[in-house]
Amino acid sequence: MNLYGVKAIYKFEMARMKRTVMQSVLSPVISTCLYFVVFGSAIGSRMGDIDNISYGAYIIPGLVMLSLLMQSISNASFGIYMPKFSGTIYEVLSAPVSYVEIVLGYVGAATTKAVILGLIILATAKLFVDYSILHPFWMFSFLVLTAMTFSLFGFIIGIWADGFEKLQIVPMMIVTPLVFLGGTFYSIEMLPEIWQTISLFNPVVYLISGFRWAFYGVSDVHVGISVGMTMVFLTMCMTAVWWIFKTGYRLRS
Amino acid sequence: MQPDISVKHLNKIYEDGFQALKDVNLEIYPGEIFALLGPNGAGKTTLISIICGIVNKSDGEVKAAGHDIVKQYRKAREAIGLVPQELNTDSFETVWDAVSFSRGLFGKAPKPAHIEKVLKDLSLWDKRNNRIMSLSGGMKRRVMIAKALSHEPRILFLDEPTAGVDVELRRDMWEMVRKLRENGTTIILTTHYIEEAEEMADRIGVIRQGEIILVEDKNRLMSKLGKKELRLQLQQKLDKLPGELTLEPIELSEDGYELIYTFDSQQQQAGVARLLRTLGDLDIEYRDLQTRESSLEEIFVGLVHE
Repeated sequence: MNLYGVKAIYKFEMARMKRTVMQSVLSPVISTCLYFVVFGSAIGSRMGDIDNISYGAYIIPGLVMLSLLMQSISNASFGIYMPKFSGTIYEVLSAPVSYVEIVLGYVGAATTKAVILGLIILATAKLFVDYSILHPFWMFSFLVLTAMTFSLFGFIIGIWADGFEKLQIVPMMIVTPLVFLGGTFYSIEMLPEIWQTISLFNPVVYLISGFRWAFYGVSDVHVGISVGMTMVFLTMCMTAVWWIFKTGYRLRS
Repeated sequence: MQPDISVKHLNKIYEDGFQALKDVNLEIYPGEIFALLGPNGAGKTTLISIICGIVNKSDGEVKAAGHDIVKQYRKAREAIGLVPQELNTDSFETVWDAVSFSRGLFGKAPKPAHIEKVLKDLSLWDKRNNRIMSLSGGMKRRVMIAKALSHEPRILFLDEPTAGVDVELRRDMWEMVRKLRENGTTIILTTHYIEEAEEMADRIGVIRQGEIILVEDKNRLMSKLGKKELRLQLQQKLDKLPGELTLEPIELSEDGYELIYTFDSQQQQAGVARLLRTLGDLDIEYRDLQTRESSLEEIFVGLVHE
């Protein structure tokens, strides 16, 4: 295995995070904090508890998940798209690195960045809302698993995209609505029955539900199903990446 | 001797049906400088890109340093350094980081002493902490070369290395290429500057419409296909060529004061002696004479337009 190659890609991507700390870290932290202030402190104090959890605390897992998904996708898609855009991809394609090593480098760095950001947001949330974590190990496991899965998804988007607009389409037009409708601000049990059924087709429901269970021990769907659904999506992404490298789709002509 | 690059029956057909390479066969030997010449779109970059792993081949066998580029891609690619035609570098990285990145990517442990040597050899040492975006075009070109040399490859591909660089930098690069060859590096060069190939190459390959139409030792090529020209400035004007001279490949200039005699390089001087004797017999006096050998460029133009 070319560990030096993996390390080189990983370090290169992490260095980009340092160079763009305003955009990569501060910006998502500030925008998520605004949610905490508005929905947690201001409006939240006038809202009733959900499952005996204060509204401000209830929405924390969903908001962390929103940032985690967006940043995982954004970091990984940008990471692989930029070399394609600038032409520096030639170096990676001509290097003695396997497909697995390329993915480890890019997706590993995107996952690390998203996890760091998720932890920073969680720490910042403490300033605005009082919350506790019932299962810290599972909370962290969910955080890493979700970041990894959506970084892989972002990697696929980055290879598929042939313009900056396409890089933004999936996160903005698909992922954001799914997160907002996936139980970030409410329990899906609060919806009419028909919408509850429809919501179960939203994969983000399972992510947020499982993540919330790790915090408070309550969930919309069983935690095992949440883990299972995440693993299914991870497997789908891995299969897509395998196919991309096997065929050279948008990488090798 | 085992070739460093071996290409057998290589074909490349792109998705849109365009056949960029047609049954290409080529062997390049250790320590030589091989110049691949061809007009735009002839298939030079496709050939290099396949050998380096950037483009998939459709058919055929390619080996680099004795390793199949598909089945033993790690070993094959480890041996290769590539300087692409375009200035593709990450603008925000420093020179040092960019070159170190390339070394790591090619699976080599960090070796600051080697990176330092490469940067010094390429006059980049003073710029090592500069971001690449702040460098001039010529300096960026040097960075591309430094990146390609960072992992100590035994085979170096230079795809139009001096395109757009000034004369001084071009001379520097030629010098660097010669030094690399002295150290045993095999160099494959594509260029539009025929003088570059003429100056540096040991062997020349000409590719036209995806086919290798000629591979030849440079000196042999120039003597085999090259033409020589003898120009004689006459003392007195001639209105037309004397009948005794019409059998020779000779022309009279428009002003009637110059005779131009063209002959094959291999033909040596036999024809010249005969011509001069004939002029003496005809009492045609000349005040000066010049000879000129055709350049590789003229040979190349002749080949690709056949």
